[in-house]
Amino acid sequence: MAHAATSHDTHHGDPTGWKRWVMSTNHKDIGTMYLIFAIIAGLVGGFLSIAMRLELQEPGLQYFTNPQTYNVFVTGHGLIMVFFVVMPAVIGGFGNWFVPLMIGAPDMAFPRMNNISFWLLPAAFALLVISMFVEGAPGSNGFGGGWTVYPPLATMGHPGPALDFGILSLHLAGASSILGAINFITTILNMRAPGMTMHKMPLFAWALLVTAFLLLLSLPVLAGAITMLLTDRNFGTAFFDPANGGDPILYQHLFWFFGHPEVYIMILPGFGIVSHIISTFSKKPIFGYLGMAYAMVAIGAVGFIVWAHHMYTAGLALNTQRYFMFATMVIAVPTGVKIFSWIATMWGGSIRFTAAMQWAIGFIFLFTVGGVTGVVLANAGIDRNLHNTYYVVAHFHYVLSLGAVFSIFAGFYYWFPKMSGRIIPESIGILHFWVAFIGANVLFFPMHFTGLSGMPRHYVDYPEAFAGWNRISSYGSYIFAAGLLIFFYGILRAYLSPVRAVNNPWGEGATTLEWTLSSPPPHHQFDTLPRFSGSGH
Amino acid sequence: MTRWTFGATLAVLLSACFAGAALAGTGQPSPWQMNMQTPVTEMAQFLGTLHDSVNIVIALISAFVLLLLVIVIFRFNEKANPVPSKTTHHTGLEIAWTLIPALILVGIAIPSFRLLTMQIQLPKADITVKAVAHQWYWSYEYPEDQGGGFAFDSYMLPPEEAAKVNQPALLAVDNELVLPAGKTIVVQVVGADVIHNFAIPSFGVRMDAVPGRLNQTWFKTDREGMYYGQCSRLCGANHAYMPIAVRIVSADKYAAWLTEAKKKFASNEAKPVALAANE
Repeated sequence: MAHAATSHDTHHGDPTGWKRWVMSTNHKDIGTMYLIFAIIAGLVGGFLSIAMRLELQEPGLQYFTNPQTYNVFVTGHGLIMVFFVVMPAVIGGFGNWFVPLMIGAPDMAFPRMNNISFWLLPAAFALLVISMFVEGAPGSNGFGGGWTVYPPLATMGHPGPALDFGILSLHLAGASSILGAINFITTILNMRAPGMTMHKMPLFAWALLVTAFLLLLSLPVLAGAITMLLTDRNFGTAFFDPANGGDPILYQHLFWFFGHPEVYIMILPGFGIVSHIISTFSKKPIFGYLGMAYAMVAIGAVGFIVWAHHMYTAGLALNTQRYFMFATMVIAVPTGVKIFSWIATMWGGSIRFTAAMQWAIGFIFLFTVGGVTGVVLANAGIDRNLHNTYYVVAHFHYVLSLGAVFSIFAGFYYWFPKMSGRIIPESIGILHFWVAFIGANVLFFPMHFTGLSGMPRHYVDYPEAFAGWNRISSYGSYIFAAGLLIFFYGILRAYLSPVRAVNNPWGEGATTLEWTLSSPPPHHQFDTLPRFSGSGH
Repeated sequence: MTRWTFGATLAVLLSACFAGAALAGTGQPSPWQMNMQTPVTEMAQFLGTLHDSVNIVIALISAFVLLLLVIVIFRFNEKANPVPSKTTHHTGLEIAWTLIPALILVGIAIPSFRLLTMQIQLPKADITVKAVAHQWYWSYEYPEDQGGGFAFDSYMLPPEEAAKVNQPALLAVDNELVLPAGKTIVVQVVGADVIHNFAIPSFGVRMDAVPGRLNQTWFKTDREGMYYGQCSRLCGANHAYMPIAVRIVSADKYAAWLTEAKKKFASNEAKPVALAANE
């Protein structure tokens, strides 16, 4: 007892060396590790996509002598980008860093759980990488059934252990996210600074709160589905095996009950990030704050009841398709509210076009393009000719690769001075934006055309007629990749330069609490809780 | 300068959407095509028209958002507007940008529901055939009570053989699915091993071939010719190499083909007497 009392009284020094990171319970250090992890995983996922674009640059087989290896690359690319790049970056990275700072909390509610949330991820990633090197389909390595892992291709189609590694990887990544979600919900509901009511809370915290609920409710369903897959594969059950009374379509329902909220999990934090950037650099409070917050709640809620729009060609009944089509179109309304509120925030503002702001404006437009093609796909009748074509690939890369990823870069350029205390020259961030913007559009816009003219997804090889646009797409991917070199050069410059960031480098528009702290913030912030008085809205 | 490039790039990309109308392929894609393949069934026609209309709506919405952004960028930058306003609410505006999109969506949904109904409610079939998907080929069964009683496999032709018969590589097959023009065809689609997908873009037809489940789709066309499609559900290594090729012929030629096919495929064991009843 006495020992416990003394350790409380002595002000222990900040941990250093490997202990600071490996045994970290500090939300900022854990956030940093999440961001570095996401960047590393992003390079692996990016390598896979460049390999795919190299292959698809010309018809015929160039690099993938075994077409199954191409399928493994597609699958790996999807899973890595979703679970090990976008989610760790926006939730684990920026969420960990800025939710406590923005709501005036000293740390996350469960700091030790935060540590295990992070360290489960490298283990999960390792399992996924291992899965690419063990036998899957007979005679070839890795699982090549797509990130959706549909049976029977995921059961009888891949007898080797590759998918078992994949399932365990997803279990670990899912557990990591569920723990993280519990942490965020508890932190946001209980640890806001005095005076900060829910309706005064920054939109990024709102975004993370909704995201955390989506994670908490959807991931257990994924865990259930892939466990059923695991027992079907290894223990003789037949949940999805029609020969023994199971149904492959059951898996699709379970998967997409998770899978559709998952797309909002990836984009909602981006909505939060972009809201702050737009408000900061317009020097105006966010327009229609409550509408913005509840639009995210609405998107999250409706996101749970639209899953079967991914299954229009599965042979669902007419009324089922009618319902899912109607419900899906409803989501366009709160999404529209967000787009127009961002523009209204800028309207009348005094805008400074920093790198972060240009990324954010780019996000608004590209997300709009991705959103409206979603309206096209929502129509079950039209989807009849677009399902599983490159049109779908174009659509979800516009909302994810040009939506979520642009919001990540926007957030990175916005918060980098706060996180590191250093400055990336604005010109480098702006150059990166333009290269990425041009590259991503050259890469993904032609996919609308190949999709409309009928090119199916997951194809290692294609008829000659699709060659033109595919070549353009491949060029675009190289441009986008070149942008990443500029990004890393910017970080390098920041660390080589003696220039240091002030507390608030962005001026009067930056009103959230993180800008009241030093850059980088002290190891423990808010020893005395800040009293939040401003309404701001 | 950079802001100009921003606008110009997007304007070019958007207008490019519509520029390709002349390049549509019939029954197969054509180089640099930017829109759907020429529709040859009423259903595909409806689908194409609805898509084109919705496409105009979404292009206008995107252009509107772009226009607003461009206005904001030029009117409300630091130089042009040094003192920011403090407006954060406008009830009328907020109601408008909730209601107007909702009305647009209702406008899209009404014809869209009709199209969906047309696709899913099967008309009475003149001819029913069964398409069974395998890793990695299709087999087609013609029921005996409709003059068939045989089944055959349909494999992709190797590119050099496709060139010999002057058909597109990766789309041409050895044994085509031959059907008559002007008749209502119901296709029963089923998967033998994993899930595949029976898709023919110019018919507006796309249906998963799921093991243990008998899915049905239909089409009717008056235009004779070759129509190609490709498996549209990831099904393993040779997913890209199991195309669907349909040859639509006149009623006379179809009768002649049936007689010939009965002899040619007589040795095949599968001889479906009748397929599942079609209501």
